[in-house]
Amino acid sequence: MSLQVENLSVYYQTLKGDVRALEGATFTLADGEIMGLAGESGCGKTTFGKSLILLTPPMKYVEGHVLLDGEALPIWDTERMNPFRFKEVSIIPQYAMSALNPTRKIGKMISELLESRGVSYKTTRPELKRRLELVELSHDVLNMYPIELSGGMKQRMVMVLSTLLNPSLLIADEITSALDVSTQKAVAKMLVEFRDRQFVKSIIFITHDMSILYQIADSIMVMYAGKLAERASTAAIINAPRHPYTKLLISSLPEVGVKYAEKKLTGIPGKPPLLLDPPTGCRFKDRCPVAFEKCLEEPPFLEVEQSHFVACWREFEEYA
Amino acid sequence: MINLKKNEILYFALRNNKLKVGLAVLLLFVVLTIVGPLLTNYPPMDYVGPLSAPPSSEFWFGTTSFGQDIFSQFVHGLKASFLVGIVGGGLGTLLGMLVGFTAGYRGGMVDEALNMLTNIVLVIPTLAVLLIIVAYLEVRGIFIESIFIGCTAWPWAARAIRAQTFSLRSRDFVDLARLSGMNSLKIIFTEIAPNMMSYLLLVFILQFGGAVLIAATLDFIGLGPTDAMSLGLMMNNAVLWGALILGIWWWFIPPGVAITAIVGALYITNVGLDEVFNPKLREM
Amino acid sequence: MKIGEEEGIHPLRLQVPRPIGYIQGGKVKRYFGRKLLIYILTFFVAVTIDWMIPRFMPGDPVDALMARAGSFAESTELMHDYYSKIFGLDVPLWQQYLNFWNALLHGDLGISVYVFPLPVTTVIMRAVPFDILLLVPAILLSWFAGNWFGAFAARSKRLDNTILPLGYILTATPYMWLAMLLAWALGIVFNIFPISGGYSYAMTPSLSWAFIWSYLQHWFLPFLSLFLVGFGGWAIGMRNMIIYELEADYSHYLEALGAPRRLVRKYAFRNAVLPQLTGLALALGVIVAGALVTEVVFSYPGIGYLILQAINTRDFFLLQGCFLFIILGVLLANFAIDIAYVFVDPRTRIGMQGE
Repeated sequence: MSLQVENLSVYYQTLKGDVRALEGATFTLADGEIMGLAGESGCGKTTFGKSLILLTPPMKYVEGHVLLDGEALPIWDTERMNPFRFKEVSIIPQYAMSALNPTRKIGKMISELLESRGVSYKTTRPELKRRLELVELSHDVLNMYPIELSGGMKQRMVMVLSTLLNPSLLIADEITSALDVSTQKAVAKMLVEFRDRQFVKSIIFITHDMSILYQIADSIMVMYAGKLAERASTAAIINAPRHPYTKLLISSLPEVGVKYAEKKLTGIPGKPPLLLDPPTGCRFKDRCPVAFEKCLEEPPFLEVEQSHFVACWREFEEYA
Repeated sequence: MINLKKNEILYFALRNNKLKVGLAVLLLFVVLTIVGPLLTNYPPMDYVGPLSAPPSSEFWFGTTSFGQDIFSQFVHGLKASFLVGIVGGGLGTLLGMLVGFTAGYRGGMVDEALNMLTNIVLVIPTLAVLLIIVAYLEVRGIFIESIFIGCTAWPWAARAIRAQTFSLRSRDFVDLARLSGMNSLKIIFTEIAPNMMSYLLLVFILQFGGAVLIAATLDFIGLGPTDAMSLGLMMNNAVLWGALILGIWWWFIPPGVAITAIVGALYITNVGLDEVFNPKLREM
Repeated sequence: MKIGEEEGIHPLRLQVPRPIGYIQGGKVKRYFGRKLLIYILTFFVAVTIDWMIPRFMPGDPVDALMARAGSFAESTELMHDYYSKIFGLDVPLWQQYLNFWNALLHGDLGISVYVFPLPVTTVIMRAVPFDILLLVPAILLSWFAGNWFGAFAARSKRLDNTILPLGYILTATPYMWLAMLLAWALGIVFNIFPISGGYSYAMTPSLSWAFIWSYLQHWFLPFLSLFLVGFGGWAIGMRNMIIYELEADYSHYLEALGAPRRLVRKYAFRNAVLPQLTGLALALGVIVAGALVTEVVFSYPGIGYLILQAINTRDFFLLQGCFLFIILGVLLANFAIDIAYVFVDPRTRIGMQGE
């Protein structure tokens, strides 16, 4: 499968005006690829993830195209988008812990959901049970209420449910953010296994935690203030980042074994701009250590090397 | 509850229709209460006019079957209602805060005991207690009635405040305060209560409305104040003297309209305020 | 080392779900046992206060009775002693208290002063059917209809904008005023319904069609006024709860997975009904007061009307009996709702684990 996104812009409607949460996003995702989507809180990555599956108010579609396996995804039309949900595009939400109806037995809820989507629960149940075993959940969970499960168990349950119909695209929205480190590892590993077993074709893994992406992502896309900053293979991003923001992000990661008496932990000074009325030109220029006059003009997102995209004037040959 | 900046609150408040309509209606009645007595020449209880006369230019709301000026009774009754609302509602909120904060913050045995107290107060037929009080107090005023209402209407507020305190209590800043050795009372007043300011306001508004309704009911059965006119008393008199059968609609319609309008406005203001404080509820 | 390369125990292998099962006998017994204890305690305190009414009132209830009868000076003292004995007022207070409980357990609530020498129990029992026939339909129908309407209103903006203000106005209306409006408008102006009594004064209660028809005519307006006010409150409450549930995470998740609106609404409704159930318990007190004033307006012969008569004639024993009845009714209803709630909300069943 492949996902092609072209110039996607999604705003948030607020009483004070439109917040330009995502602007001009363009990229492609190959079959079987796990792409990490990284960036600070509020950079637009969750908006991005949600817009691909459930674009409802206060989100507002502005422009852009999305093609999944060559077929256009009508993300702006909630009705026409419905046949794709769960079957072609699916999501493991950020709130997985509270995503299950507390007053319904899990098995009952799943059967009602499947039947309402025209899928027979009876024929799906054996596969459901197999997948539960895969994530180390007993079949008994189907007979339980969500309150009887621990947080991690609920998370795994949601992972199984979201991927049950083998969607082409899976959006995993900050699924490890609320977990402890060892569980994070297990969950991330599970996701890779889902991809390897072809339960899902491709995954967009949204997180602010670069270290997880290093472990499981094939490629990484970095966003800043609603715009794409850089996209490349994991190795390239981690070892040879080109966008100043990415460079600062990577260098601000703590390293194991290094004493901080020796090397201070640096953050990135300043704050991301408010997207209600974003600054013109490059949105990172106010915090960028290498900004110059050209940055007053907004940089395009260009491929500077094989499969390595950057939006930074400094990286384009003319200005190096 | 998020601590919104004052400007932001004002911004949303000015745009919220429910809030505007509710406050406008309330303001109208407040103005009427203040200005009303000046607009009429007749004290509420005096026999000044023709018996059972329909509204006219001289008697805007007509007269009772004793020839009393209904408009005068009406505006004095409004004053009584507002007083009861503020004092009774205020007391109910305060008692509710006392019980609710303590139960919600301390939990455990204290919570159990207070819960039992709340249950008992809820089940006691307050009418019974009131009857005893009324029998001993031949002459009683609005103040006593307000105190009584406040002392019996607090359970609802206590429950609501307790629930909210529970959820705030497990938040980080409270843990921090506890670790730094602050005593419980101080924590309640400096950490929890300020974060619940908006919620407490909503509770007070509902207590206000409830007090007005309860007072009307009590006045209607004759257990209200003896030295003042009230809207409930007007309705009591109207029924007693056959206004229904004789079709003296101008006697019982205004007081009922006033109570419905005031309490309704309070409820709608409440919803509007809730929307202002809670971003999730705001409409686009 | 990358994920997938390590060996050893899979950290998740250690977590096995504990089947908690449906209802664990011991825990539930303890839960209900504690609730029952609280109810009994509440009953005791409330009844004690109730008992105090005739005895703590200023003045002598016997004097009140005798003032109505009127008598000669010499026989006054004899009669006074006689009546005091009948009302059990000739023994010390603590003994009166014990006698009261004794009598209570035998179903004896004393003698009424208002309708002397009828026992209070008889008087009350006459009024009870009228109240049950009035209150039960009013409460249940307004709860069901209100909830349904409230859920309906949450569906569309337009509906919401019309039903919402209506609901608030209804719930802000004092019970007696709505009763008065209905009585005047439909009873006097349009002359459709009678506005006084539980049945035509020309009849005596019997199971004839004529009587039933007369009763229904007298029943309708009181029922309607109780129903309308209650309806408004439930509609508003349900609408707010449904909106809250529709905003919940599980609703968003279902929508993201393409669940049709009716499934999401069905779940939201079921979850929203639960707090409405507890609201029913809390609203019982208000409804009792509401029924009281409604009966006063319509002279409907229920317990509320009895209470008014008792107040006016200073018949404290009748009052005491009426209030006792109300206390019992409210407690029983609360207990029933508590039980129902445990069966309806799985979270309470499992929450008992923590007790």
